[in-house]
Order: sequence, then C-alpha cells, then structure tokens
Amino acid sequence: MSLERPDTVDDGAVEQTPDELEALLGDLVVDRDDHLNAPGFVIRPDTVQETLRTLKQEAGYDHLSVVSAQEYENRYESIYHLKKYDDPTQEVSIVVPADKDDPVSESAEPVFRTADWHEREAYDLIGIEYDDHPDLRRILLPETWQGHPLSMDYDKDRPQIATLPEHANPLEDHHKDAESDTMFLNIGPHHPATHGVLHLKTVLDGEQVADVEPDIGYLHRSEEQMAQSGTYRHQIMPYPDRWDYISAGLLNEWAYARAAEDLADIEVPEYAQVIRTMGAEMCRIAAHMLALATFALDINGDFTATFMYAINDRERVQNLLEDLTGQRLMFNYFRLGGVVWDLPEPREEFFSKTRDFLDQLPESVEEYHNLITSNEVFQMRTIDTGILPPEVAKNYGATGPVARGSGVDYDLRRDDPYGYYDELDWDVVTEDGCDNFSRLLVRMREVEESAKIIEQCVDLLEDWPEDERNIQANVPRTLRPDDDTEIYRAVEGAKGELGIYIRADGTDKPARFKIRSPCFSNLQTLPEMANGEYIPDVIAALGSLDVVLGEVDR
Amino acid sequence: MSSDQPFITDDSQVVTETRDARMTGQGDRFNSRLREAFGSSPFILTKFDKFLNWCRGSSMFMLQFGIACCSIEMMHTYAVKHDLDRFGSGVPRASPRQADVMIVPGTIVSKFAPRMKRVYDQMPEPKFVVGMGSCTISGGPFQEGYNVIKGAEEVIPIDIHVPGCPPRPEALVYGVVKLQERVANGEAAPVTVKPYELEEFSDLERDELVDKLTDQIDDDELVMRYNFADSP
Repeated sequence: MSLERPDTVDDGAVEQTPDELEALLGDLVVDRDDHLNAPGFVIRPDTVQETLRTLKQEAGYDHLSVVSAQEYENRYESIYHLKKYDDPTQEVSIVVPADKDDPVSESAEPVFRTADWHEREAYDLIGIEYDDHPDLRRILLPETWQGHPLSMDYDKDRPQIATLPEHANPLEDHHKDAESDTMFLNIGPHHPATHGVLHLKTVLDGEQVADVEPDIGYLHRSEEQMAQSGTYRHQIMPYPDRWDYISAGLLNEWAYARAAEDLADIEVPEYAQVIRTMGAEMCRIAAHMLALATFALDINGDFTATFMYAINDRERVQNLLEDLTGQRLMFNYFRLGGVVWDLPEPREEFFSKTRDFLDQLPESVEEYHNLITSNEVFQMRTIDTGILPPEVAKNYGATGPVARGSGVDYDLRRDDPYGYYDELDWDVVTEDGCDNFSRLLVRMREVEESAKIIEQCVDLLEDWPEDERNIQANVPRTLRPDDDTEIYRAVEGAKGELGIYIRADGTDKPARFKIRSPCFSNLQTLPEMANGEYIPDVIAALGSLDVVLGEVDR
Repeated sequence: MSSDQPFITDDSQVVTETRDARMTGQGDRFNSRLREAFGSSPFILTKFDKFLNWCRGSSMFMLQFGIACCSIEMMHTYAVKHDLDRFGSGVPRASPRQADVMIVPGTIVSKFAPRMKRVYDQMPEPKFVVGMGSCTISGGPFQEGYNVIKGAEEVIPIDIHVPGCPPRPEALVYGVVKLQERVANGEAAPVTVKPYELEEFSDLERDELVDKLTDQIDDDELVMRYNFADSP
C-alpha cells in the first residue's frame, strides 16, 4: 500500500526503549519525568548541548520540534521535544530545570539551529536566559518591553513603551575595506509582499543580499495566554482557527483536539473521524490555493489572473466548508470527542456539491500548470533559487511542504497517523529540487492528494449506516486532567508540524499551553535561502515558504 | 419631471446653438438621455464642496494593508466573487501616499501600533478609515491579551466599524458603501477615544518607566506609550 514506508530503513529509525536511552545518556540523567507522549529525562542545565548531541548523533533524534518553557512555583523549566524525521512516533523529552532566582540554562543552538528562535521566544515570554546563545534578545515583543508576560509575577496593567526606531546598518562596523559599501533596506512590516506584517531587515551589497533578518512579533496576540485562561472543553477551541487563518482552521483545531483528547483519554467515534478528515483536507486545499495565489502575485506582479483564479477556487471550497460548519473562515467546528454537528441536510446535496468541486479540480489544476509552472518567466524566477538542502532544513526543524520540497519525506498524517488517514489510499508528495519551484509543486500536487482523500471520505460517508452516525463521544461537562500530566501532540497542518504542548495542573484550564508553529521554524530558514541572492529572490523565497504571520507570532 | 414621462423636457422655447451643434454633430456621442434631461443647458449648478465630496465618495483608493485574519476576507472582497470594484472603491494601492481609505483588517498589537500610525500619517488628507472586525473595535477575542491594543481607535480615528470575526465580505462591502455615502454627504468622523500618540521620547512625562528606559532609547526616537491600566 502506498502508505507503507520505503524499504530502506537506516539506523536512525531503530527504536530505542526508554531504558536504553537512559543507559546511553548515563550520568547526564538526574531524574525521570515521563510525559504522556514520550519518556522524559531531567538533566542539569549545564549539560544541554552534551545531552542533545548524544541523542542526535548516537540515537538518531534529529528533529527538535519545539522548546517549551514554563515557570513553576519553585523553578523554571525548558523542555526540548525531540523526534526523528524518519519516525516521528519515536519521541523523547529532555527536561531542563533552571534556578528560580537565576534562571540560566545552556543553549541548544550549537546542536540544533532551530533552537535559536525557540530559545529567544522562551527568554522573551518566560524569562529564562540561555548561556552560549548567539543572540539572546526579545523576538516577539518590543525590545523595550518590561517584564516577561508568561512568568508568574507579570503585571498586565503596567504601562509599556514601544519604539519606532530608525534602523541602523547592522554591517556598518564590519566594512572590510572602503570599497565595499552596503545599504540597509527595510521590507515591511507594511509591505504587500511580506504576506502580513513581517519585517525583513535586509542588508544589500550592491544588488545582492548580504544579510536578511526576519523581524517578527507584529501580530503577537498572546494566543498562549488566551488558551491558558480558557477551559478545555469549549473555551479554547475558537482560538486555533485564528493561528493559521488562511482557512486552515480545521487543521489547527485538530491539533488542539488531538492533544486534549489524548490528555483526557477521549475516544473519538469513527464517523466523526471521517468527517474531520474530510473537512481538514478541504481546509488544506483552501490554504494551498492561497499560497499559490500569493506566490504567483509575488512573482508575476499585481492582481493578476492567477490570483483571481485561485481565489475563485478558494471560494468554491469555502462554500463547501460553510455548508459543513456554518462559517467561511473561523469554523469552530471540532469539539473534544467529535464534531459539533453532522453533515448538512440534505446530505445528497452536500455530497453532490462536493463531487462537483472534485470533478472540476483536475481542470483547474491543469489551468494552473498552464499559467504558472509551465510559464518560462515563472520558471526563471523560481527554479534553482532559494535553495534549501535537506540537511539544513532538518537542522532548522522545517516541516510541511517546505521540508517535502527539499526531499525530506516527513508527513505526520502517514508517519504518526491520526484521524482516518491510515485507512485511506493516498501518497505523500516529495520533490527533490530543494528550490522555490519544488515547494510550489509540492503544494500543487498535495491539492490533488487532498482531493483523493476527500473523495474517499465522501464515498465512506455516503454509505455510512444511519444509526451509526455518532458524531460525538461522551465527554464530561468539565474536563480536569490529572495534576502534572504533560503531553506534546502534533498534526500535519497546512504548513507543517503543528503541535501543542499542554501541562495540566488538575484544574479545568491548562497550566501551560505551548503552540509549536510550523511557520515559526520554517521562517527561520529564510536567511539560508536568501543570503547571497538578489532582492527578487528573497521575495520569491519568502513566498514559497508560505508563512502566515498569525501562526509565526501567535 | 413626472415618473411616467422620464427625461422629456419641453425645449420648444429655447433652442441654443450649442445644443444644435452637438445634436447634429458627428455621431450621437453627446446625445445621451442625460443630455435630454438637462435640456438646453449643458450645465448643472451645485456647490463646489458638494461636488467634490461626491467625487471623493464615488472613487475611493484603498490602501493595500493586511494585518491578520480579516485581511483574508478583505482579499476575497477585492477578488472575483465579491468584487469591491463594482462600487467604485476597488483597486488596492500599495503605497499609502496614493490611498484615501485604509481598511484596518486585524488585531493591533503593541509592536505594530506605531507602524500603523506611521502609515496612517503618510496618507494624504482627506483620509478615511474602515475598522474591519471585532479586534479593531475592542481587541475582540484577544482583548485580554497582554500585548493587544484594545481597538484600533486607540491609535487612529475610525470612520466605520464593521463588526464580525471576521466580517463576511458582504459586510465589508456594506461598510465601504456606507463610508462612501457618508463621504458623499460630507459627514465627518467622530473621534471618541483619546488616541495613543507617536511622540519623541524626550517629550514623554518623566516617570519610573521612562527613567528606566533612558539608556536604551535615544531622546529623539519616536515612541508610543501604552497605558494598559486605563484602556477601556
């Protein structure tokens, strides 16, 4: 079957038992703190690099999903959630407690490049300092912010000052000789090609980019705080829709639903899983259509044909989603243990509409290929630009179409199955080009795979016996997961691995809710792709990354 | 003129040369029904201000300005199905210097507010703002957020609020058309909230926070000071 992994299994995917890992780490481990998803090892704050390097090189844990930091009554804690690209079900958590009065912990950046931004975020929001970090400063909040908002003693009402600085040339001091002359260029935060409120601090040497630094945080809406102040059962679910707001709402909701359901041990009825799978794939089509539209806009110019065509197709999917969920964009359709309501009546009409959409989709895709991928100008702009080698992609924790465009065969729908995906027949799309063109191609081909999935779901739903249409499991009115249970669960969102870390403290609200955003990690790769290229290539690379600032900043 | 006999005027008394020349001129280019309605005189009398307001309201240049979720619905409003251009206010301009209307589509957070104010300041007068979505009204679902400005009106004056999270494209179209109506009628926008201002750091009132930041911020740097405790 197509879902089976390729036969070549290298040593990285050999599974180690928790005891073997403990033996491998030896003296580094001071305690055990198992999470629901993975064994957890407590280590001393000055042995982070050694521990992670051992796990990466000798046990094959090559994917640092996320660094989630939090403050306890008596200590600070950073958790490094490690996985394997070859088999993401093999997970391990490295728990690093830090002193309450002087929270300092060693940085993991020399081992995993992706830790750079994740640790800056932990410093910004929680206040843990990371030794040996190359550039530890605030990332989401203004530089002049007072206090760390997710720490315990933060006062929300204190006044704050934000600046509008005149940007200095960051390379000014490094002029090698009088002839090299660099120029500083701000792109954004209000700029049509930044896909939202992203700010690129770009340094040009002639026409080439010497340095580009994404400056984020212009849409940091305190999503984690919002989730931490909502109850599990109903109050959190509306927020995921607003992380990745490119109509990818159901995919995001699934991330929260999956984490919370596993935390509270809720079994979702099969019928609801099929509906979820179908809805989620519709969302993926809508999201990829917008990625395509805006990418073509970046490459080709103003509001051109491709944009209008793709928006037209999005409208079609959105109509279906509106029929299903009652909303165009912010669906709020999933509930813990199922979905909020069954398919719309009359069901036949919904099915026939869906089939109509699926029937015309190949024609649309053909049209896009005529318009975009076979367009010479487009090819010149995208082929062999924005190169992201697979090893670099892994080091930065890139996932989703960005990683798959670099030939990294990683898709949580297949590798860490959830929902109904493992019962259906579809393929994971990868491309080996590692360039802007490959990433676009991956998205376009994924649209076709999603259509395959939807079609199979519609077939299943049509024949589902009427008395077995159970859309919702029995879920207690108030959920109170046990004190000190922790879980990290991820789903394949439109942009990649969208994961949620939850720590429960015995109340009906999470004590810590951490969002692993795929865009946050993917955006980090931009300097790798853009440095040394021309300005238009930066725009193309950024477009092909398809970041959503709502999800980057959260 | 009665409704059962539209566009017919009694011009038997007055026949001007201008009209004859045009009516008998090449083709029927000028011979419209509107001209018949005007009768012999090719002029209309109106107040200059009123005329200008009508012009303004009939052709609005929008600023291409995306912030958050609402900008997705805003793009849909501009694009094929909803096509805001039908109402004479479609084409988004990438530069604030060529725009009349700014749609604020999303949550304003502390880091972005000074930038938005700057973009607003760059637009030429007269300028109008449509606040799209609940976030621009009150902070919406994120009102409790430590980093969120409780409504765009704390930063810039807003003419029309379109509620919703996000509003449907139809709602935005309605809001924009309402704005056009108001502009054509020459109605001014009420400013109800004392906005946060962009000021030079040295102009701020000295307090604990300012003292603490003196080493970090230059005196002539533009800053925005948020009083979260006083926010509505």
